[in-house]
Amino acid sequence: MAQYILKRVLSGALTILILMTVTFFLMHAIPGSPFVKGEQNMPEELLARLEEKYGMDKPLWQQYLTYLKNFLTGDFGDSFKKADTSVNEIIGRGFPISARVGAVAVVVSVVVGLGLGILSAVRRGSLFDGGAMVFATIGISVPTFVTAVLLMYLFAGVLKILPTYGLTTWKHYILPVTCLSFSPIAYIARMTRSSMLEVMQQDYIRTARAKGVKEFMVILQHGLRNAILPVVTYLGTLIASLLTGTFVVERLYAIPGIGKYYVDSISARDYNVILGLTVFLGIFVVICNIVVDVLYCIIDPRVKISE
Amino acid sequence: MRLLDIQNLHTTFDIHVGHVQAVRGVTLHVDEGETVGIVGESGSGKSVTMLSVMHLLPDYARIEADKLTFGDLDLTRASVNTFRKLEGDEIGMVFQDPMTSLNPLFTVGQQLMEPLRIHKKMSKTQAKERVLEILRTIQMPDPESRLKQYPHELSGGMRQRVMIGMAIACNPRLIIADEPTTALDVTIQAQILELLMDLKKRLNTSIIMITHDLGVIAGMCSRVMVMYGGRIVEEGTLREVFYDPKHPYTWGLLRSIPQRQGERQRLVPIPGSPPDLIAPPPGCPFAPRCPYAMRICNSALPEHRSLSDTHKVSCYLLDEGAPKVEWGGRAR
Repeated sequence: MAQYILKRVLSGALTILILMTVTFFLMHAIPGSPFVKGEQNMPEELLARLEEKYGMDKPLWQQYLTYLKNFLTGDFGDSFKKADTSVNEIIGRGFPISARVGAVAVVVSVVVGLGLGILSAVRRGSLFDGGAMVFATIGISVPTFVTAVLLMYLFAGVLKILPTYGLTTWKHYILPVTCLSFSPIAYIARMTRSSMLEVMQQDYIRTARAKGVKEFMVILQHGLRNAILPVVTYLGTLIASLLTGTFVVERLYAIPGIGKYYVDSISARDYNVILGLTVFLGIFVVICNIVVDVLYCIIDPRVKISE
Repeated sequence: MRLLDIQNLHTTFDIHVGHVQAVRGVTLHVDEGETVGIVGESGSGKSVTMLSVMHLLPDYARIEADKLTFGDLDLTRASVNTFRKLEGDEIGMVFQDPMTSLNPLFTVGQQLMEPLRIHKKMSKTQAKERVLEILRTIQMPDPESRLKQYPHELSGGMRQRVMIGMAIACNPRLIIADEPTTALDVTIQAQILELLMDLKKRLNTSIIMITHDLGVIAGMCSRVMVMYGGRIVEEGTLREVFYDPKHPYTWGLLRSIPQRQGERQRLVPIPGSPPDLIAPPPGCPFAPRCPYAMRICNSALPEHRSLSDTHKVSCYLLDEGAPKVEWGGRAR
């Protein structure tokens, strides 16, 4: 097991290196520079000074090596736009906020999604099942920015019962969390339902009933544990994407999370911030995937780790 | 004493193409300490009969019976929960395919302990001790380490032993074995049957043996029921059914057993295929495949005729005016 995890960590590191390299060169291939904005021209001298300060006067490959060296010491560099602010500080400030909203959204998605999925599977063909699946289809097909705006209009504009921006009280969490978990709930519910329907037809479910296991426990113990495997796989990506902040929801609800910085940095060509955040998210996704794979082995003893 | 008594059991599956009448008026009983065989081909309704009695069918199955009793309990209108309390405790079931009948995510120990924890309210340590005892009873080599193993780490024969272990965990009064040896190879089959017989002697349990293998029946059962098209077409003691069979379907079954001794002969198959149970024929279900079928066979169901206290046959050939057809097969 330890050997397997080590192997996964090493291959993850390689993934991050490739991600960083590709992003670095792609970013520089986009026309424009952090210091030139439209027609507004800076005095030549000042521009040269700035470029020298941030090391942009050197050839690209040299900049890349410098970046790599700094990265290995845990330094993502400074922002080009915000004076005296390092990328590490931006992450340190934004990530906890994004992660807090994201974590709540993950919990809500899993609890509601699993609940809906199990109930629909158990009561297949019922009105509840039909309703849940219509809801799930809507959840999957309606994009977040539509739900975000609609919810904001309804609860903040018309009913005036929920705040639209900031994160000071629990009430502030309701709308962003609802938006974030809307489509994950739909995915999880559909996935749970179909895998539950399949599992409940298996012979070992009949065996459990024939042993006198109560239906409730048949569903939760013998059924769900088998049916949850595909959901666990999806959970890795879900956690990574929700905890690292989302551009649309953070922007619309004015949440000072990491997503907002990301969008700003791209339009501002703030090279260090773009690269730093991309690599940070990449690392997060890799870690989540490793955790999910290990979890998979724990849940299903048949999954043999190939040495 | 009567242990299980079923009268006029009907099981219908309501599916989108129609109503599948899988069991059509089955009446049978099992006495205490008795081993009864139910034999028939795939789709004859033998498994569905027992699954109906145990309420283990999906919810689109409609189950009706005039009478259903187990011991002193009247289960004719009992709820599913009543059945769950009996199952695993007083009634143990062994299923056909040990590969798929054990939950892949739980250890053998956990699965064996389950009935004890539920019905006998045993603590973990008590249940574990009892499970070790069971594993020794079912001749499982190295019981201690088996407890922590998962089903996929065991061979087919070992898994079927685990299934049997689960069925006998609470010392049931009745074991229903649904084709317990079909998925196993021949040498393992013999071991499993021997184990069942041994347990039966030791625990004085009744056994219902569902199979399509007449060899299994011959080795174990005292009474046999032959099912076809959702009905019992012939029943009697082992001797009556094997040495003096009266129904042409039973003849066909007996002719299709491979012979070990004597001249090598081709097996004689029964031509045709089983009846469509969505629209079963009005007459004898076997009539379309029966070489001796008369006109009446296709139009009305034959009555059960008693030839002795135990031997009952449902066939028009036993009518007085019917042509005399004799079973020319070998007694085995």
